[in-house]
Amino acid sequence: MIRPIPKLAWKGVIKRFEGRAVLDDLDLSVAPGQSLVIIGGSGQGKSVTIKTALGLMRPEAGRIELDGRDVVGLSEGARRKLFSRVGVLFQGAALFDSLTVWENVAFRLINADGVPRKQARERAIEALDQVRLAPTVAHRFPSELSGGMQKRAGLARAVVGRPEILFFDEPTTGLDPITAAAINALIIDQVKRLGCTAVSITHDLASARTIGDEIAMLHDGRIHWRGSAEDLSHADDPNVRRFVDAAGLSPVDVRAREIV
Amino acid sequence: MTATQAARAVAARPIRSLGRSTLAVVRTVGAVGVFAVRGVAAALTPRWFPNQLRRQLVTIGFFSLPVVGLTAVFTGAALALNIFTGGGRFNAEQVMPQIVALGITRELGPVLAALMLAGRVSAAIAAEIGAMRATEQIDAMRTLSTDPFRYLVAPRLLAATIMLPLLTVVADLIGVAGGWLVAVRVLGFNPIVYIRNTAAFLQAWDVGSGLIKAAVFGFIVALMGCYHGYNASGGARGVGRATTHAVVSSAILIFASDYLLTTVFTHAS
Repeated sequence: MIRPIPKLAWKGVIKRFEGRAVLDDLDLSVAPGQSLVIIGGSGQGKSVTIKTALGLMRPEAGRIELDGRDVVGLSEGARRKLFSRVGVLFQGAALFDSLTVWENVAFRLINADGVPRKQARERAIEALDQVRLAPTVAHRFPSELSGGMQKRAGLARAVVGRPEILFFDEPTTGLDPITAAAINALIIDQVKRLGCTAVSITHDLASARTIGDEIAMLHDGRIHWRGSAEDLSHADDPNVRRFVDAAGLSPVDVRAREIV
Repeated sequence: MTATQAARAVAARPIRSLGRSTLAVVRTVGAVGVFAVRGVAAALTPRWFPNQLRRQLVTIGFFSLPVVGLTAVFTGAALALNIFTGGGRFNAEQVMPQIVALGITRELGPVLAALMLAGRVSAAIAAEIGAMRATEQIDAMRTLSTDPFRYLVAPRLLAATIMLPLLTVVADLIGVAGGWLVAVRVLGFNPIVYIRNTAAFLQAWDVGSGLIKAAVFGFIVALMGCYHGYNASGGARGVGRATTHAVVSSAILIFASDYLLTTVFTHAS
């Protein structure tokens, strides 16, 4: 039986910082149309994993394949073309302070795709509507929005170009549980609507279970466990167990356990 | 370790640190050089962002007018007083208008305008781009298929290189006017004769050489702001460090290139 080509795959990827391997022979893939969530503690290489796929960091070794084609070391021009197939929601939304919300959402359309401003504004307002932001928000600046609204605007910017792959970097970090649930619902909604592949990184287990078809545990630069969201609670990998157990405790309990 | 080996290790320490410092300097010079070439290439080849260029022309040029004008008027006035006092020691007070004009157009106009721009613009560029780096806005820009060198760096390099010569023209006029004001109001010079002497003495090259210097200084000011901002790391502290480095390195490079250009112009004429 022929195995389908993964939409995105990391093959033997190594990335070091000052001699320390943050990604240590990483092997990971995501099938077309699937939503993969990478979980793991702080400093385990989750953000680096996404950044290597986006070409924002270059790995020392290994291949990163998009539709079977290696994208490591692409020229700036080739990478720009590749980015037209990708949407990213950054951790802090990374909206441009000097532009209004609609200009942020339409940034790619105006500056890369050459869409006229009037048409781009209409598409941006449409995208804002899809993430439940009113048209009145369009003319405000990012600094005038709450954290949750900024994340929504960031999501609208990520999906407005109808990407094939969406990356979510800690989509619910810093949000209250109600806003986080709303962002999770919007992510599921947008991924389904576009029929795209999604790769998310988070240490919010509730978010991981909600938005992921599959969950992978990254520890010490390698995937230690991989399975469905339902299997996560029954996983026997000690790193996963520690992570799942700690998620149900308060920070004080976690500290107490570490001391014991 | 024997005593001889220990002594050798101690003796080698300063040499090692000198080598490390030298390598760091070479690395930085190389990085700035590569950054400058990328910036110039982005500025001279499409795709351009005219809206960004327009915005920078206004921010760098128009909004710097007050600070450059004020600096020039006081410098011109102080220069006139100093030359009058100094020239009086060998009965040369009457050449004061010519020396003020020469000093302002060839040296003080471009240098002071550039230093003001280093403080106002280079710092602002480094802080803005540094904050964008710290909050992942530059990464976001790349993922939106837009080259930050074309969108952020090139418009600032172009705007500063174009606007500083224009600001220098203003500084020249206001600086000479400052000297004229002191000469007429305080030192009892004839206003018409002062202007006539200045106009008759000045040559096109006096002004032209100052404007060439200004264009080079403008490029330096924007380059240092962009380079340090773009390479900022370490959050708010890193942005602060980038701003300081941008201003200090701009000022040093302005003085160094001023000497270099003055030497070239002196030999050429």
